[in-house]
Amino acid sequence: MEQKQVNETPMRGAVSQRAVGAATAIAFFLVGVVMIVDNYKLGAGWAPEGPEAGYFPLRIGVIICIAAAVVLFQDLFGKGEGNKVFVTFGRLRHVLAVLLPTIVYVLAIKFVGIYVASAVFIGAFMRVMDRSGWLKTVVISVGVSAALFWLFELQFMVPLPKGPLEAKFGY
Amino acid sequence: MEDFGALLHGFAVALTWYNVGMMAIGIVLGIVIGVLPGLGGPNGVAILLPLTFTMQPTSAIIMLSCIYWGTLFAGAITSVLFNIPGETHSVATTFDGYPLAQQGRAGEALTASFTGSFLGAFVAVLLITFLAPLVASFALKFGPPEFFAVYLLTFCSFVGTGKDPAKTIISMMIGFGLAAIGMDTVSGELRMTFGWSELLRGVDFLVVVIGLFGLGEILLSMEEGLAFEGKSAKINLKVVLETWKQLPKYWVTLIRSSAIGCWMGITPGGATAASFMGYGIAKKFSRRGDKFGTGELEGVIAPETAAHASGTSALLPMLALGIPGSATAAVLLGGLMIWGLQPGPLLFVEQKEFVWGLIASMYLSNVAGLIIVLTTVPLFAAILRIPFSIIAPIIIVVCAIGAFTVHNAMLDVWLMIVFGIVGYVMKKLDYPLAPLVLSLVLGDRAENAFRQSMLASRGELGVFWSNPLVGSITTLALVMLFWPAISSAWRRLRGI
Repeated sequence: MEQKQVNETPMRGAVSQRAVGAATAIAFFLVGVVMIVDNYKLGAGWAPEGPEAGYFPLRIGVIICIAAAVVLFQDLFGKGEGNKVFVTFGRLRHVLAVLLPTIVYVLAIKFVGIYVASAVFIGAFMRVMDRSGWLKTVVISVGVSAALFWLFELQFMVPLPKGPLEAKFGY
Repeated sequence: MEDFGALLHGFAVALTWYNVGMMAIGIVLGIVIGVLPGLGGPNGVAILLPLTFTMQPTSAIIMLSCIYWGTLFAGAITSVLFNIPGETHSVATTFDGYPLAQQGRAGEALTASFTGSFLGAFVAVLLITFLAPLVASFALKFGPPEFFAVYLLTFCSFVGTGKDPAKTIISMMIGFGLAAIGMDTVSGELRMTFGWSELLRGVDFLVVVIGLFGLGEILLSMEEGLAFEGKSAKINLKVVLETWKQLPKYWVTLIRSSAIGCWMGITPGGATAASFMGYGIAKKFSRRGDKFGTGELEGVIAPETAAHASGTSALLPMLALGIPGSATAAVLLGGLMIWGLQPGPLLFVEQKEFVWGLIASMYLSNVAGLIIVLTTVPLFAAILRIPFSIIAPIIIVVCAIGAFTVHNAMLDVWLMIVFGIVGYVMKKLDYPLAPLVLSLVLGDRAENAFRQSMLASRGELGVFWSNPLVGSITTLALVMLFWPAISSAWRRLRGI
């Protein structure tokens, strides 16, 4: 099918499993290296009162490096997996369509508070992805936010980040 | 007999109006969480955990464990009606459950699977009642080397039974690494905070779980562009009674799946492996095995019974040893620590009311759960018909709030996003996530057990073979670790 053709030129329509697998293995390897370096600086040997603070994590880092090297080797030279598609660009767009708004949403929490941000986030999502009508959008998005407000601020007394709108009502 | 008295007292604890109410809320919430894509046992419990910080530990654990039972029941609903396993342990249920639904026998399939689940869970609870106190009193003699050996066994058996050992190891070690971040409890030194004061308290496992299982799952579902087209289910008293009449002839399957489930739950094989094994073995031994996959009631009972038995018995090692048998049990264990209880064998001595209240609640909540799911299936199936583009942002909002409430910190919300992406990539590359959660929760305890052992032995690794008990556990752990290599070598030897 289309996917096979895509595999030969991975840049055109898809990211290959092999590329992402290898990149992830390298990333894990680097995590291991960072752990080794940081804990070595901290002291990973023996103090008079027993193992030092970095003793355990340093060895964990070493194991990560070894295992990541094995995975990298499997990905690069192993058979089978390599031709699989990790994600096509079309589908990646779906993923980013959730991920990027989520990041904007979390950024917005700092400025307008979590309740307003949530209402706008849910509303925008419904308008764009679901093409819901305005009434339905407003009812659900504001309703969910109001329900959360009632649950957290009034029932459980767990304060969440609030912005200028809540301040106007004295919260 | 002393335990029997304790159990009766436990029933008295669990049967207060407040706790029964918590049970009902927990089960209903659990089913909702289980039915919704992106929410499941581990992250559902993780999100709700901060809300229980101020509650009585007994009521809190009753509610949270009921959420767990609810998610176990819910897996069957989505599998049978929508051919979508809401949880991985219900993948095997789709094989025969969905064909049954297509034939218009969804009611039967659901009744059979719920009843099977109930029986599996019941066997597991019986096992917990009788075995857990014994294991705990045995484990009271454990010192740090024995505990470390048991941890080692847990981790090694994950590696030995996993699909890709290297990936399982990476996942597990990342968990240990995350657990080590922050202030070292022994020396007070800062580890891997990279000069970032907000990392001082470490990376909370709840945030990681919400990210990996919550946001990660949403990203996956989004990519697949889920559109739910389900069958409708009619469950009424007649269907239930008719199905129950058929069940006795499957008694062998029920017992076998319960046994498989209990075994896989206590050893951390997990509900997913248990359900597949239950299904596979039933297919092999059933007279109608060749018809499996076309809509056999037995093919629904076998995996569901095993999954539920395993999910329930996963709490046995958690209560008796402080070692969770599943990702959700790991989150519950984290909850114990937050409520100020020390998980481990001492729990049975010091927190009798808590332990037996929980065990008694398992009996009650499974009965309650069965009644609730049998009567309310259409309601929950309706949830799945809400478009995903409305559900998804709401779940993300709930995840963000869940992550924030852990420490009232925005950093945690950002971490949740990072782990959401990590979870998405790891899932797509077949890295198992359960070992990561397990080692993240147990990391500090395992490390402390290791350090204390080393301290006592002055750095001699021989301490892990210093007496027959610890020696045999350690050896068993190593056998489990190298099991794939051992079994293939054995096969090659016999082949010659």
